[in-house]
Amino acid sequence: MEFLTIIQIGDSTIRLAIPLLLACLAGLFSERAGIFDIGLEGKMLAAAFLAAAISFVSGSAWIGLLAGITISILLSIIHGLASITFRGNQLISGVAINFLAAGLTVVVAQSWFSQGSRTPQLSGSARFEPIVLPGALSRMREIMEASPMAQLYSELISGHTIIVYIGFLAVPLSWWILYRTRFGLRLRAVGENPAAVDTAGISVVRLRFAAVAIAGILCGIAGAYLSTALQAGFTKDMTANRGFIALAALIFAKWRPWYAMGTCLLFGFFFAIDNRFQNIQMPALWFVIICVALAAGMLFYAIRRTRLDMVVLGGFAVVLLAVAVAVVFGTESLSAGIKLPTQLTQSLPYILTVVVLAGFVGKAIPPRAGGEAYVKER
Amino acid sequence: MQKMPAWADVVLIPLISVLLASIISAIVILAIGENPWAALKLMVSGAVGSSYGWGYTLYYATNFIFTGLAVAVAFHARLFNIGGEGQAMLGGLGVALICLYIPWPHWTLALLFATASSALFGALWAAIPAYLQATRGSHIVITTIMFNFIASGLLNYLLGNQLKPSGQMEPATASFPEPAHLPTLNDIAGLFGSDLFRSTPVNVTLLIGLVACVLVWFLIWRTRLGYEIRAYGHSESAARYAGISPNRIIMITLLISGGLAGMMAINNVMGEAERLVLNAVEGAGFIGIAVALMGRNHPVGVLMAAILFGFLYQGGAELALWTSIPRELIIVIQALVIMFTGALDNLVRWPLERVFAATRSTRGAE
Repeated sequence: MEFLTIIQIGDSTIRLAIPLLLACLAGLFSERAGIFDIGLEGKMLAAAFLAAAISFVSGSAWIGLLAGITISILLSIIHGLASITFRGNQLISGVAINFLAAGLTVVVAQSWFSQGSRTPQLSGSARFEPIVLPGALSRMREIMEASPMAQLYSELISGHTIIVYIGFLAVPLSWWILYRTRFGLRLRAVGENPAAVDTAGISVVRLRFAAVAIAGILCGIAGAYLSTALQAGFTKDMTANRGFIALAALIFAKWRPWYAMGTCLLFGFFFAIDNRFQNIQMPALWFVIICVALAAGMLFYAIRRTRLDMVVLGGFAVVLLAVAVAVVFGTESLSAGIKLPTQLTQSLPYILTVVVLAGFVGKAIPPRAGGEAYVKER
Repeated sequence: MQKMPAWADVVLIPLISVLLASIISAIVILAIGENPWAALKLMVSGAVGSSYGWGYTLYYATNFIFTGLAVAVAFHARLFNIGGEGQAMLGGLGVALICLYIPWPHWTLALLFATASSALFGALWAAIPAYLQATRGSHIVITTIMFNFIASGLLNYLLGNQLKPSGQMEPATASFPEPAHLPTLNDIAGLFGSDLFRSTPVNVTLLIGLVACVLVWFLIWRTRLGYEIRAYGHSESAARYAGISPNRIIMITLLISGGLAGMMAINNVMGEAERLVLNAVEGAGFIGIAVALMGRNHPVGVLMAAILFGFLYQGGAELALWTSIPRELIIVIQALVIMFTGALDNLVRWPLERVFAATRSTRGAE
């Protein structure tokens, strides 16, 4: 593979990872404070719509960004009211917010622009343009002829929109806030043991609202990035489950900022690969070996445990073996390549998350007070 | 001491919540420059004003009965099964395999086996999240969300490659053979010389849905297992102390829940489309959440809430047809219902409790 191709995949990895990263950090702040947030998707979607709509009307992507952040914070406050003030179920509130955004964006888009649930195309200053760093080449022809280092600099490091750089800066900033400030310490404490924070005379409600608002800001930036930087305008359901993938990344990253960046880049890489190569081949023999090895591993694990493990994992192993047998009989020779379905690459983030959640590869332990409303003094 | 009479908890709070949701929906309709009152009249006449409207309303309601019951059963064990969507997708796969590859002599036999197969596939799709929740403590909400996406990837792949008849572009299976077609309620009405529900997809699955309501009621409130499920839902430690195995309850409850969600497929796949298409579930799995919340996890409530959402769906389709209000307005209403009956329950409950406490204390003083 050419060096430039690798660089380009890296470039597209970054582009696709940024919205995940911002949403993932949003979830990080919220969940570290003990508020589950499965409404990331909805907040991003609402922000994507309003950012595109206001950018179009005002002609400024920055005003659009501000509008996106505003609506996202508004939804965060609703989530806060439901889950902090009224001690409702945080998961249900998140589900409601997702649907609210999915429905309202289409209804309002249709009413404002009458273009079938989309905003008009954005151009010029209504979009975030790529920033060309000093000394970087911007024309494709020049880049192709340049030296590898110049290619790396021009294609991978330079040429992104401001939000990409903001996204990467948000990682050390989040780390610093969470682990090096008093606010961060309290925020993490409120997610582990709110009663202790309360006893120290600090308001649990105010801290949690602050965390939820930060999540709103980050989701707002993520949404605005989708519609005014990555693409030129809003289309229906344009977040395409990124909020849920961010949630998956958060678990994969075990609720830590730097790990979150690594995970989001990994997931972004899956998407970049999926976008670039529609036809990934794998020798059939490898595929069969992987299936059989996984099945054997499961059986080996289950055999020493309870009957339940035996039934579930055994059943799963049988399915894997059946797939292996189907591949053996379905291809002419085992050395021939078989095409991996794109659906498999697309599902990888979800599958990996389940594996991590299962705790077979490092245990993911959520903040202890997550999902529970705090009741002062019973 | 009970803070409120039972009827207030079961009837009054959901009613007020739905009223709040409707008021906000009306504001949304006003905000986009349409008349809410006219919209409501159009929805009512379109959804329940004719036997045609009722036919569609009841067809949608049938879907929601199954997904609503699925969520409700899991809620009794305090498990939030958000994976109804994926389980219903897999149920569709179960139905399609049964109907496509086995030559059935009569629809009753086909229905029997398709029902079993859809429930089996739905239950199996819930089995892994259930297993991980029971033995590894992986949060069921996250795993079932992930399984929704994995299910959609899997179906996408199967429909685009294995199940698609050769030469067809559209990712869908072939149409089911004639003997696997379910009679619609219109066919049944025809036996009695009536022409009710003409050219609507409501079919015998509705009756199965009603039976499922009764069976779920019986299971939850009249069997030992149901008692154990409720006990586990109220207090895990108490249930454990009483000798109830949490692992067993989690597994069984989620298998039943997944099975119910899967059974939705006999309505939409076997009864209506008569083949398996991509995205056959159309969000019905998620509406199950709203239905269960509104129905207070009781089969009667679920049935009524399912009919309400069937009404919203059919009425919303009529709105989209005759006005410039898009169909997605239904999603907004659905979101508001979930929000008010689910997450903002205390918004209504706390003031009501105060009202009842006040009336009780004045009565006590007399």
